[in-house]
Amino acid sequence: MLTLVKDTLTSQVVTLWRVFAHLWVKADTVEYPDVQPYMFPRWRGRIILSRDPDGEERCVACNLCAVACPVDCIALQKTEDEEGRWYPEFFRINFSRCIMCGFCEEACPTNAIQLTPDFEMAEYVRQDMVWEKEDLLIDGTGKYHDYNFYRVAGKKIGGKDKGEAQNEAVPVNVRSLLP
Amino acid sequence: MTFEVGSGLSIAVILTTVIVVAAMLIWVERRLLGFWQDRLGPNRVGYFGLLQVVADMIKIFTKEDWIPPFADKFSFVLAPAIIMSVILLSFSVVPFAPGVGVVDSNIGVLFVLAMASLGAYSVMLAGLSSDNKYALLGALRAAAQMVSYEVFMGISILGVVALSGSFNLREIVLAQTDGWYIIPQFIGFVIFLIAGVAESHRLPFDIPEAEQEICAGYHTEYSGMKFGMFFVGEYLGLVLISSLITVLFFGGWLGPSFLPPIIWFVLKASAFIAFFILMRAALPRPRYDQLMTYGWLFLLPVSLVNLLVTGVIILSTQ
Amino acid sequence: MAKIVIDGVTYEVNPNNNLLQECLSQGLDLPYFCWHPCMGSVGACRQCAVKQYRDEDDKDGMLVMACMTPASDGTIISIEDEGAKSFRSEVIESLMISHPHDCPVCEEGGECHLQDMTQMSGHNYRRYDKKKVTHRNQYLGPFISHEMNRCIACYRCVRYYDNYAGGTDLSVQASHHHVYFGRHEEGTLESEFSGNLVEVCPTGVFTDKVFSEHYSRKWDLQTAPSVCVGCSVGCNTAPGERYGSLRRIVNRYNSEVNGYFLCDRGRFGFDFVNSEERLLEPIQRKQGKAELLTAAQIEVSIQQFSSAETIGIGSPRASNESNFALRCLVGDDNFYAGCSDAEYESLGVILALAADAAFHSPSVREIEQADAVLILGEDVTNIAPRIALALRQSVRNKAKELADENRIPQWQDAAVRELAQHERSPLSILSPAVSRLDDVASERIIDSLPNLIAFGHQIANKISDSAATAVSASSEHDDTLALIAQQLLRAKRPLIIAGNSNGGELIKAAANIAKALQEKNDDAGIDLCLLVPEVNSLGMGMLVDPANKLGAALARLQDGDAKRLIVLENDLYRRATATEVDAALEKAEQILVLDQLPTRTTAKADIVLPATAFSEHEATYINYEGRAQLSFQVNKCQKMAKPSWRWLNAAEHIDDLVQRCCNEAKGFTKLSEVLPADNQFVAGMKVPRQSHRYSGRTAMIANINVHEPKQMVDDESIMSFSMEGVPSQKDSTILASSWAPKWNSNQSISKFQDEVNGELKQGHTGILMFEKSTSVGAYFEPPVNSLTAAEKQLHLAFGFQIFGSDELSARCKPIQARMTDAYVGISPEDAQSRNLVQGDTVTISGTDSNVTVCIRTGIKTGTALLYCGEGSLNPAEFSEFIEIEKCEKQSASLGMRNLILSDLQDEDKSS
Repeated sequence: MLTLVKDTLTSQVVTLWRVFAHLWVKADTVEYPDVQPYMFPRWRGRIILSRDPDGEERCVACNLCAVACPVDCIALQKTEDEEGRWYPEFFRINFSRCIMCGFCEEACPTNAIQLTPDFEMAEYVRQDMVWEKEDLLIDGTGKYHDYNFYRVAGKKIGGKDKGEAQNEAVPVNVRSLLP
Repeated sequence: MTFEVGSGLSIAVILTTVIVVAAMLIWVERRLLGFWQDRLGPNRVGYFGLLQVVADMIKIFTKEDWIPPFADKFSFVLAPAIIMSVILLSFSVVPFAPGVGVVDSNIGVLFVLAMASLGAYSVMLAGLSSDNKYALLGALRAAAQMVSYEVFMGISILGVVALSGSFNLREIVLAQTDGWYIIPQFIGFVIFLIAGVAESHRLPFDIPEAEQEICAGYHTEYSGMKFGMFFVGEYLGLVLISSLITVLFFGGWLGPSFLPPIIWFVLKASAFIAFFILMRAALPRPRYDQLMTYGWLFLLPVSLVNLLVTGVIILSTQ
Repeated sequence: MAKIVIDGVTYEVNPNNNLLQECLSQGLDLPYFCWHPCMGSVGACRQCAVKQYRDEDDKDGMLVMACMTPASDGTIISIEDEGAKSFRSEVIESLMISHPHDCPVCEEGGECHLQDMTQMSGHNYRRYDKKKVTHRNQYLGPFISHEMNRCIACYRCVRYYDNYAGGTDLSVQASHHHVYFGRHEEGTLESEFSGNLVEVCPTGVFTDKVFSEHYSRKWDLQTAPSVCVGCSVGCNTAPGERYGSLRRIVNRYNSEVNGYFLCDRGRFGFDFVNSEERLLEPIQRKQGKAELLTAAQIEVSIQQFSSAETIGIGSPRASNESNFALRCLVGDDNFYAGCSDAEYESLGVILALAADAAFHSPSVREIEQADAVLILGEDVTNIAPRIALALRQSVRNKAKELADENRIPQWQDAAVRELAQHERSPLSILSPAVSRLDDVASERIIDSLPNLIAFGHQIANKISDSAATAVSASSEHDDTLALIAQQLLRAKRPLIIAGNSNGGELIKAAANIAKALQEKNDDAGIDLCLLVPEVNSLGMGMLVDPANKLGAALARLQDGDAKRLIVLENDLYRRATATEVDAALEKAEQILVLDQLPTRTTAKADIVLPATAFSEHEATYINYEGRAQLSFQVNKCQKMAKPSWRWLNAAEHIDDLVQRCCNEAKGFTKLSEVLPADNQFVAGMKVPRQSHRYSGRTAMIANINVHEPKQMVDDESIMSFSMEGVPSQKDSTILASSWAPKWNSNQSISKFQDEVNGELKQGHTGILMFEKSTSVGAYFEPPVNSLTAAEKQLHLAFGFQIFGSDELSARCKPIQARMTDAYVGISPEDAQSRNLVQGDTVTISGTDSNVTVCIRTGIKTGTALLYCGEGSLNPAEFSEFIEIEKCEKQSASLGMRNLILSDLQDEDKSS
């Protein structure tokens, strides 16, 4: 009985003391937004569409981001300019569904779609969370500065003829008899 | 008008101070809890969040004064008024300092106990009139808890009364000039402390309100200022119990003369308030049956023995 | 059956096949490129290497190409052998050396056999650091894009295009790593089957240009099994929809009908579904103003029409259900045929012959098995194109026979061709003009229609004396006719093809030939393939009473005997003369027309109800051989269009309607068998129309409303409009888009076949509706030829074009790019005597129609071949003989520009 009383009391007193001692422990609270947290460059926040170093849209509407998206929140339609360059006719992300998993960025073969450290995306109206290409497209290259998909790809586009891509020989003359 | 015991000015000042202190305790408690839980607590409104109370007041005053259609309207409104009034009335017999107080009653201790008993009505009425199962459960618990712990509370004070030979609180303070009753009446103090917490149903004995079990207990249906009165009433109770401990066991305003007596009183009472908040931060809530068993099977015998021993010692030393 | 061991497991296989085919039949994954189930092996790509062991003690083995090795009894091979694996990965590495970094911007991406095989072979990094070989592309017409950089030189395209489909304008050029697959110069690919290059090419060299204009990846297309409505063959298709518009059509395998290939009309003629002209709202015209009708108003009007005074005209391009629903509404007596009287008469002959025990109506696969073919007066390439492709395979039966004699396996494609050279099974064509099959024809007679009919009867008489002969104008072809009769008699599986495009007499002559053969051979039934013009000509013919011709309906309306008229998906101005139709429509008090696109008939209607297109409703069609096939709905029409049967019968479920048609309509007893049985589905789950990778679900319509609507429910079929459900692994009949793990391309179909080229697992290939009687009918009497052509008059024969003759596909932009104007084809002699040159405009006397003249040597002097265009000329307006006069006005806009060039070449040679 006495032991029980003693143990109970000790336990309560020790608990009280330990909690009291937290008076001298520094608070964990981060005082956002007065204090802005450090955002890592690879943070997976707001999604943007970037441009290649020549200032053209990087997105070629290949649909890989859309199919990689686990919540199916990306929808786009391919179209083509007169010279054969592919680009999205529309590109829509429903951010109210997006889970910022970054699979779209992983899937993108042209470094067009990128996640940025911006996480302040709250809206009062859910409809405002649906972003179109005009809202997503930025003027710069984003995280990857030098990559230009069409410089590597074999497809002919305006300003780049067959055989002018990286590591390409001039087009073959099929009429030639030379070996 | 002079500032003396029982004067109108004195009454006004004490009433205002007590209510303001109780209101400020909302902020104090939240900040202290914050510190003890490694966070900051409210710090956005005013310096250090001091104006948080004002913000809360604005909010609580502008809220819809809603009475559930199924409630018994009269008793529903009456209940929060009772708790406020009985606790404020209890403050009338508390001697804050020489010359500071409302009345010097010869039956001060009994008055406090009487008022505390009345407080049980408030809680019971609130729970009954709400016509809500959680409220009723809360009220049942509160009634049982308050009635039970009043017994030990009363018995634990009797040691002090016996030592001082008076029910007058001011005389009890003066009787401690040679030594605070905490020393001869340590057991009485501990029982009083525990019973006090249970009487004001603060954590860890907030069983009548236990959010996790019964929503918010007897005041589940309350909102707006009527809830505010229960809320402030709880803090008033906290101030009252701290003041009584100071008066009964820690020599009231007595202390070295480099500080004025009222300051001593405030300091002592504040320490106990802080202690109560620390208990809230640190201790978990017992089960309802544990609380009752503990009271009747442990506190009651111990308090009786304490009274008996005190009596024996007093008689033998006369 | 032979037993072979693959990686330690014993399999029972067919020893007449090669190892690759048998591995695939067993469901094993073995990469390949140049082999194609329909084209045999050439061993060009070296991708299907496996280790073969002499016996169980042989631990080293040797590398062999599975496609070049027979699956003979006791063969022991290993696919998983490290040596074979590394060989395959090195082969693909070298194939990929110059492959461009194009996948994201390649239409083939995601359904690319090269992608699949690269993955399967384990190549993933280009170690070769020298420059990639590049090529310039060619313009190949409105259907096909060319991207030569992507080529891996498997030779499948030329083997398909030249050897299989008989094209002449795609070839392989240059040599070594400069090898180039293209035309000798830029220009439209001439073959009517060029679209199959898209599916034959294992990578993205040949891609679908029409699809690319509104491209979506394969996995994003909502797909359902469908049936092509372009002609009466009823090829199985898989149309794909995205964002509410139909995007493309690809082949859907059906072993009995289309196999792996479609014609270009079927593949590219779907755009009318997305047409801006589409009728999409129910309207009523009052005093020239069109008002939108409410549902209640429509119900009232339909009830008004269900009286005895209403005439219903069916449609050969509408489904059985729609025709039947109309028949139920107006009653059997008031339900009339929706085709010209002449066509309907010959349709009656065809239906009568279908029940005759002397004949067997062959499926496309059976046509491929014929070893002697006679085409009597029918332009198969332009009327039932897929059959023309099958006929090109039938002439190879001689080569196969030779191969068997020389003990060369039939799958040894190059060897068999080398052996056969120009040896072909006999294919005789008797026609009023040159045809696109002439290059494989053994005998070819071009003459006027009356003479062709007479020739037919003469052949029948030469086979069996019981058949009456006929007198023809000349006897110059007697030897040829005797030869044809001999060839047909000698053949193991002779086939006679005729059709009703130029009246019923040719059909009777063809039937006589078949009957004579049956008499001589005493076979179960001689293959007699009778072609009809439209997708459901037979279905409609079976539902309409034989007496209820269109002419009778128009006459009743004109007499005031009937007051109201319902026209089901039909333009009467294509079926009867404008005078007759005008007179009838004028008299009718109320005209209700259901159709998909505005026509001259809808313009005259009081009420127009929008009907859904083939991809927007579930329907059954009956093809030329009496095969009933079920076509599923691909997507819901977002506007107010409904299936015609739904407008006419608001309450009934389609399955109940089919069941009722089955019970009530004569000859339809087996129709309900096409419906999938409920017990074929896992836990009663529906079959998803969307692939398991379908993307964009929560964003597709988020621009309209971010709150996603409930998934559309399909009450009518066993398919769902979502990804939910269990894919049709169990019943391959409902397999729209084939996909198997590791096999994203259409080559995955082998996973769903019983064996390669075999039937689909657990599915059915359609239900044959005709029930044969046990009796054999009598011979037909040859017609008495009373009329002779006056001076300057020309015998008229109707010509057809694959691009243009079909009403609906002619309203598609890609098809229009290949269409020609209406023309009248005459011989150079006739042109000279009338002082006409190529491209002149002429007036056909007796009508006010101006048409372009097309002078061709392949037309008999004295005969005119009239192609009526997409509807600018009405065939009903013309009699047996026409006169043409030169007209100064130049009317044509398209001219002959799009007539297939090689057709005109014989003309070029003569000038």
